[in-house]
Amino acid sequence: MAATSFTPIASLLGGALIGLSAVLLMWATGRIAGVSGIAARLFPPYEDREFGGRLAFVAGLIAAPVLVRLVTGSLPAQTIAAGTPLLIVAGLLTGFGAVWGSGCTSGHGVCGLSRLSVRSLVATVTFMATGVATVFVIRHWS
Amino acid sequence: MTILVQFAIGLLFGLGLIVSGMSNPAKVLNFLDLGGIPAGTWDASLAFVMAGAVAVTFVGFRHVLKLAHPFFAERFYVPTRSDIDPKIIVGPAIFGIGWGLAGFCPGPAMTALGFGSISAVIFVAAMCAGMVLARFIARLQSSTRIAAPVHPLES
Repeated sequence: MAATSFTPIASLLGGALIGLSAVLLMWATGRIAGVSGIAARLFPPYEDREFGGRLAFVAGLIAAPVLVRLVTGSLPAQTIAAGTPLLIVAGLLTGFGAVWGSGCTSGHGVCGLSRLSVRSLVATVTFMATGVATVFVIRHWS
Repeated sequence: MTILVQFAIGLLFGLGLIVSGMSNPAKVLNFLDLGGIPAGTWDASLAFVMAGAVAVTFVGFRHVLKLAHPFFAERFYVPTRSDIDPKIIVGPAIFGIGWGLAGFCPGPAMTALGFGSISAVIFVAAMCAGMVLARFIARLQSSTRIAAPVHPLES
């Protein structure tokens, strides 16, 4: 387990940037900035003609650390403790669950909560609870 | 033009993830680790990310949704459902387990790709497979049902 330090100011500021991005996407395209919804629709079947915009949004997500490294010369710490088998299982569950539940931390946790959506509140409480339970089992039941 | 704007908006989202520390799965896992509170290893940062993001969207959406239409589209696509069906509990429950296993959710996982991490590539590939599978099953279900099909991606 990698120790991390509590960063309230940076996290609040970064969160505000995420919120600003979601507001701008709504302003520009009229759509919710839900990364799972955007990523899932990069694959067929295609139901609208928004593929290019979605790909551009995801490209922007991927380009962010590239830009940070270009400008500042370094990147913040990123510790990925999980090995390959765990990453595969975790990825499958994360992707399946996000689509099955119509959203993830961004779509439900940020956009949905701010719209006072009951479904998003139920979703957010549920994934927080199973996330906490999963980490508890892994770290404290051994 | 709209493609460039959406790239810039995605870039801003990714910068937010990096500034907030959420591009580091260890921070996410340490937030979910409530059992770490007695030992002092709990990292409350994620709650501050949510607070910052929700505060801005709460105010921002209110203003934007008063507009006649989005800048590049003819209408807003805002979810209107309010029913609590099994999927809105089962899906997030499964999602949360995956999130707790690796510390990645879809946004930070995408941004982690730009860190050049092989682990992120493996996770994102599996995540996309999971997404495709969920859409496939949901379509099978809705096509065999006579009642109004419930779209899997609409919240």
